Amino acid sequence: MDTTGINSLRNGPDEEGRFGIYGGRFVAETLMPLVLDLEREYRAAKVDPEYLGELKSLNMHYTGRPSPLYFAERLTQHLGGAKVWFKREELNHTGSHKINNCLGQILLAKRMGKTRVIAETGAGQHGVATATVCAKFDLPCVIFMGATDVERQMPNVLRMKMLGAEVRPVTAGAGTLKDAMNEALRDWVTNVDSTYYLIGTAAGPHPYPEMVRDFQSVIGTELKEQFQAAEGKLPDAVVACVGGGSNAIGTFHAFLDDPSVKIYGAEAGGHGVDVENGHAASMTGGRPGVLHGNRTYLLQDKDGQIIEGHSISAGLDYPGVGPEHSFLHDSKRVTYAPITDTEALEAFQLCTRMEGIIPALESAHGLAQLMKIAPTMGKDQSIVLCLSGRGDKDVESVGKYLGLL
Amino acid sequence: MSRIDKRFAECKAAGRPALVTYVMAGDPDLATSQAIMEALPQAGSDIIEFGMPFSDPMADGVAIQLGGQRALAGGMTLRGVLGMVEDFRRKDETTPIVLMGYYNPIYSFGVDQFIAAALYAGVDGLIVVDLPPEEDEELCIPALKAGLNFIRLTTPTTDDKRLPAVLKNTSGFVYYVSMNGVTGAVIKSRGAVGEAVERIKTHTDLPVAVGFGIKTAEDAAEIGKHADGIVVGTVLVDAVAMTLVDGKPTDRTVAAVRDLVAELASGVKRARG
Repeated sequence: MDTTGINSLRNGPDEEGRFGIYGGRFVAETLMPLVLDLEREYRAAKVDPEYLGELKSLNMHYTGRPSPLYFAERLTQHLGGAKVWFKREELNHTGSHKINNCLGQILLAKRMGKTRVIAETGAGQHGVATATVCAKFDLPCVIFMGATDVERQMPNVLRMKMLGAEVRPVTAGAGTLKDAMNEALRDWVTNVDSTYYLIGTAAGPHPYPEMVRDFQSVIGTELKEQFQAAEGKLPDAVVACVGGGSNAIGTFHAFLDDPSVKIYGAEAGGHGVDVENGHAASMTGGRPGVLHGNRTYLLQDKDGQIIEGHSISAGLDYPGVGPEHSFLHDSKRVTYAPITDTEALEAFQLCTRMEGIIPALESAHGLAQLMKIAPTMGKDQSIVLCLSGRGDKDVESVGKYLGLL
Repeated sequence: MSRIDKRFAECKAAGRPALVTYVMAGDPDLATSQAIMEALPQAGSDIIEFGMPFSDPMADGVAIQLGGQRALAGGMTLRGVLGMVEDFRRKDETTPIVLMGYYNPIYSFGVDQFIAAALYAGVDGLIVVDLPPEEDEELCIPALKAGLNFIRLTTPTTDDKRLPAVLKNTSGFVYYVSMNGVTGAVIKSRGAVGEAVERIKTHTDLPVAVGFGIKTAEDAAEIGKHADGIVVGTVLVDAVAMTLVDGKPTDRTVAAVRDLVAELASGVKRARG
């Protein structure tokens, strides 16, 4: 049932691209005509059976959707509370949920006649997914990646290169996701006629937050059906990690109007939210501001200068968050809480040893939050984690942290 | 008539385009930056564009990014920028000052407080790169109501259909961005710039100034044939950078900017000659 009632939390954004006060189109004039074009094109594609059919077919045969819903039996026993389930997005082609969005957008880029694709990436998951669809659809592709991230996510850098993408390390700032996004925006302004900017998270100028959410909503929609089939009801809680927040909004959106379902988002708590510049928890430790095309919660100093932030996970190491999350935070529909690097590392190891699944460090943040919540719930209740990505890319950096190398 | 309107009228009467000079407030430190600012009018600058440093200048090339970083490292804040304007105004009541930057520091300061403080300091206009007409309610409308000019960027991607919407709440002058690109890039076709200026002029009576990619007196003379104003920024910020030793200003820092502005002013003067 699709709820579109006046009190629905699923109606956003409005025509100006706002979720409450968040979102909008804060971009340079050079980009504005293109952003408007993109919105028109997306509105048309959304109701075009041919476009939707092609996307559905790719999701099924290329990505391997639907992704399984898995009952994590040993973790359930270990935690001693609610039944623990994983929505296995890490089994998707390319190893994360990012492909869901990339397929949707690459088909749009083709429709718009664009001949070149750029993207930013943090952990490299989105970079790999973008490089993958560009290989498949024969479009040249440039990936902007912070120099720090290039170093800590080398396996993904190699994958992107092998897929034919050019990886441009960005040395400005701390060399992480924020800086990569700045550089991608500069490239876009320069090559606006030929280039499609394939944003990887549910942030940026309208219509990106809406569009990326729509492409990722397949996660929550499937989850709802699969859980219904397995247990004959709705889950009691869903959890996902939040950097920019694309896997999270994709998981949450289907449940926003189901008040019985508690929704939790795990932000990157880094060294702890009390440590200055030591975390990337923009909602817990930031305040509303304007960056990268949208108004949203941001890590910033008292003068409105953006702070770099820190997380062990490159994919969560971003000082902002998608605008819809800011809206859901203010409205209290979703509970966002910080998870520290240490907690994420513990969850990473536990999942690996107990379920034989190596999660991405990003997803391990979500699991760490689940580990706090599940024991407080009844044994007849269920909690579902969006296991957004696999951790192959992280084994080297985790190995270093654990002293295995 | 605002200071900006008046200055463009004077330049027009003199038969030349206005020279608009961009420098970054607080680069490399407050005292040097203040001295640079005060040297600009005498060197031949008609209008001062004063950069408000921001951590994430998405529309700027490397030179201005680094200038902003130096200013922030030197402790510059938005309040500091306004203080510099206030000091300048005590000595110079006629040179128009336009603050240029990004929205977040202003939003963080508080829009109403910022507008009041800017008026008090003697600011004449604002250019805020990441506020297109779609976001006019944020700052543009309140600023116009309070009596500040709001100068809009138009670009090669702003077509005739969109131009009226972009010009609607623009005042002071129209800033035509000479290319799709970031500040300091290279203009590929001067001819196309001239055509674009003429096209914009069919939509507005406001003066049209051209910026991005103007580096030499020759560029200024050439582009100035069509434009009512020439905006120069990157080379001035670079001039500051090149005189620094270990990040500190030297006795050549202010002089380097002053000499370059004087040379550009000579180009502007022969534009219609």
